Amino acid sequence: MRPLRAVLWYLRELTDESAYERYVEHVRTHHPDRPVPSRREFERQRMAAKDTNPGVRCC
Amino acid sequence: MTTERTTPSPAGTGRRGPSTLIWIAVSVFAAVCWGVVALIRDEEINAIWLLGAAIGSYAIAYRFYSRFIARRVLEVDDTRATPAERLNNAVDFHPTDRRVLFGHHFAAIAGAGPLVGPVLAAQMGYLPGTIWIIVGVIFAGAVQDMVILFFSMRRNGKSLGQMVRDEVGLVGGIAALVAVFTIMIILLAVLALVVVNALANSPWGTFSLALTIPIALFMGFYMRVLRPGAVVETSLIGVALLLLAIVAGGWVQESSWADAFTLSPTTLVWCLVIYGFLASVLPVWMLLAPRDYLSTFMKIGTIVLLAVGVLVAAPKLKIPATTQFTDGTGPVFSGALFPFVFITIACGALSGFHSLIASGTTPKMIEKESQVRMIGYGAMLMESFVAVMAMIAACVLDPGLYFAMNSPAGFLGDSLQSASEAVAGLGFAITPDQLQAAAAEVEEQTLVARTGGAPTLAVGMSQIFSSAFGDGLTAFFYHFAIMFEALFILTTVDAGTRVGRFMLQDTLGNVWKPIGRVSWAPGVWLTSALVVGGWGYFLYTGVTNPLGGINQLFPLFGIANQLLAAVALSLATTLLIKHGKIRWVWVTAVPLAWDAVVTLTAAYQKVFSSDPRIGFFSQRDRFQEALDQGEVIAPAKNLGDMEQVVTNSTIDGLLAALYAVLIIIVIASSAVVWLRAIRAGGALPTTEIPYRRSRIVAPAGLWATAEEKRQLAAVGGHDGYGELPPDDEGTAPR
Repeated sequence: MRPLRAVLWYLRELTDESAYERYVEHVRTHHPDRPVPSRREFERQRMAAKDTNPGVRCC
Repeated sequence: MTTERTTPSPAGTGRRGPSTLIWIAVSVFAAVCWGVVALIRDEEINAIWLLGAAIGSYAIAYRFYSRFIARRVLEVDDTRATPAERLNNAVDFHPTDRRVLFGHHFAAIAGAGPLVGPVLAAQMGYLPGTIWIIVGVIFAGAVQDMVILFFSMRRNGKSLGQMVRDEVGLVGGIAALVAVFTIMIILLAVLALVVVNALANSPWGTFSLALTIPIALFMGFYMRVLRPGAVVETSLIGVALLLLAIVAGGWVQESSWADAFTLSPTTLVWCLVIYGFLASVLPVWMLLAPRDYLSTFMKIGTIVLLAVGVLVAAPKLKIPATTQFTDGTGPVFSGALFPFVFITIACGALSGFHSLIASGTTPKMIEKESQVRMIGYGAMLMESFVAVMAMIAACVLDPGLYFAMNSPAGFLGDSLQSASEAVAGLGFAITPDQLQAAAAEVEEQTLVARTGGAPTLAVGMSQIFSSAFGDGLTAFFYHFAIMFEALFILTTVDAGTRVGRFMLQDTLGNVWKPIGRVSWAPGVWLTSALVVGGWGYFLYTGVTNPLGGINQLFPLFGIANQLLAAVALSLATTLLIKHGKIRWVWVTAVPLAWDAVVTLTAAYQKVFSSDPRIGFFSQRDRFQEALDQGEVIAPAKNLGDMEQVVTNSTIDGLLAALYAVLIIIVIASSAVVWLRAIRAGGALPTTEIPYRRSRIVAPAGLWATAEEKRQLAAVGGHDGYGELPPDDEGTAPR
C-alpha cells in the first residue's frame, strides 16, 4: 500500500490537486480572521488567475 | 551582494574511499561507452551504448560540475530564506517538495523540441548530434537553466525580461522583449507545422487528435462543475478516453468517415489557426487547463515507456555514425555540421526558452537554495536524456526510409518510384515496395516526405515498442506516438498564443490604454488575432513552400531559440560580474561565447551565403532572376510557386538578420555593464533581495543524506520537510 500511497501523493501534488487543502491550512494558521472559501469557489479563483497568467510551456 | 554564509554539505567528508572508487567506476563506464559510440565504424552499434555514454556523463557532471557551480560560483546558502518561504501565500508562492517541483519544472521545459531536433540532425549521423546533446547540456544548457533559476529566485521570481531591464538596461530589455515575442511566433509556427505534417492525409491521426478537444472540454466541465479540483481522477478518465480515441482512429480510418477526416495540409492550417484563436480567447478551464493535465500525464508516461522500450529492445542503430551530409548538402536541412547541428538541436542541449520557465513559477516554489541544483541542472539533464532517446528512435530507422520520410516533397517527387530514385541519388537504398510496406505497417497512406520529425520519431518508437512489447500493435504504437507529440504541441500552441497575446496587449497598452485591459473583449480578440495571424502566416508559408517548410523554417527556429539563450547567458554573465564573481565568469561566459559564435555564424550564412540552398537572399535572387526570364526552377511547378519562394526567402532572410542584430545588441549592452562593473572595482549593486534567515529544513537532493535526515528528525520534520520552532534563531550555519 505504501508505494501506491506515495504515487497518489506525488500525483496530487504534481497536478496541484492539493492546492485547496494547502490554502485552507495557510489561511487558518496565518490569517484566522479571513473567511475560508469553499472548494468550488477556490478552484474558480485559481482558474481565473490562470486566465491572465497561463505560464509558458517550452517547445 | 552575496553573503559569505556558505554551507559546506556533509557529503564528501568521511567515507571518501568507497565514494572515490564508485566515481572511478562510473568514469570508466562512461569512457568505454563513449569509446564504442565514437570509434566504431562500418558496423551497427547497439543503442544501449548511447544511453550508457549519456547516463555516465550526466552522473559525473551532476556530481562534480553542478556541485561546483552551486557551491563555488553561486554560493547557494541554505540559511537564506527563499521567496517561497518569505512570501508564502499558499497560492503562487509556497515551499514545494523538491521532488514535486522537479516534476513540475520538467513538465514545463520538456515539449516537442527535444524530440524533433535530434530527428532532423540524424541526417548527419548519430554522432555529431549525440555529442552536442550531451556535451552541450553539461556545459551550457543545464548551466543556463540552473543559473537563471538561481538569480530569479534571489529576486523573488522576477521574469527574464524584467531582470534584463533591471540589470542590463533599457536597450537590452527592449531587445530581449522583441526577441521573446518573435521567437514565440516562429516557435508556434514550426511546432504547428510539425503537427500539420504528421496529420496531413491521415484520417486516423486527425480523428484521434480532433477527439482531444471534446475530451478536454468534458474534463474541464467535470472539474469545474461536477467535481471541483479533482484533477487526478479527471486526468485518469481523460487518459483512458485518449487511449480509446487512438483506438477509435483506427476504426474511423476503415470506415466511411475516413474521407471526412482526410484533410489536406492547407485545410489543417486553417483548422489549427481557428483552434489557436478560440483556445486563446476561451477561459483556460475549458481547454487549456485540462489539456495541460493530459499532456503532463502523457509526457511522463511515454518518456518512461520509451526508456523501458529502448532498454528491453536494445535496438541497433541503422543510421551510420556520420553521413556524407556533414558537408552541408543534406536534404533535411541545408548547411554544414558547424554551425547547423548546434542550431538544429536546441532543446535537449541548450534551449534559451527554458530561461523563461526558470524565471517563471519555479523560482517562487523552491524550499531551499541548494535545490536549484537538482531542479535547474537535474531537470535539464533529464530533457537531454529525452533528446538522446529521440536520436536513438530516429537512428533505428533504415537510412533509406529516414531520407524518404524527411526530404522535402519537391525533391522526392510524386510517386514511390520517384522517391526511391531520389533516395538512391543520395546514396541510400529503399525500393518502392519497401516504402509501401513501411506505410502499410503503420496503416498510413504514405510515409514519403512526412517531414517535421514527428512521423519519423513515431515510426522509430513503434519499431522499438513492437520489439520490446510484442508485435501486432505497430500501427497503434505509431499513432500513439503521433498523438503524444501532437497533444503537447497543441498545448504549447494554446498557451503560447495566450502568452503572446498578453505580451502584445501589455506592449500596445502603453500606446493605447484600452487594448491593454485583459477584460476588454475587442482588445482580446484583436491581439489574439494578431498573434494567431503571425504564426499562422509562417505556418501557411511553411506548408505551401515548394522548397519544404521544415527545411526553410527550422533553422530560423533554432537561431531564435539560441538567441534567447544568448540573452539568458548574457544576463547570467552580467550578474556574476556585478556580484563580484569575475573569477568564475567563464562558467556562463564560455557557453555564451560558443552560443554567440554558433548563432551569429548560422545567421550570417542564412543571410549572406552565396549558396542558394543556405542563403535566403541568394535563394531569392536565383528565383527572382528566373522569374524575370519567365522561367520555372524545380521544385517550383509554376510562376505562382516562384513568386512564393521569392517572398518567403525575403521574409525569412530579414528575420535571420533581425535575430543577428538582436544578439549583437544584447551582448553589446551587457558588455557595457561588464566594463562599468570592472571599472567600479569589480562589483555593482544589483536588485537582489536582502538576506533573511530561513526556518525551513529540507534536503537538497533527491535522497536525503544522513546529516539531512538527522536535521529533519531534530525539528520533528517528516516527508522531507520540517520547520524550526518559532523561538529558534533560524537554521544555524552548519
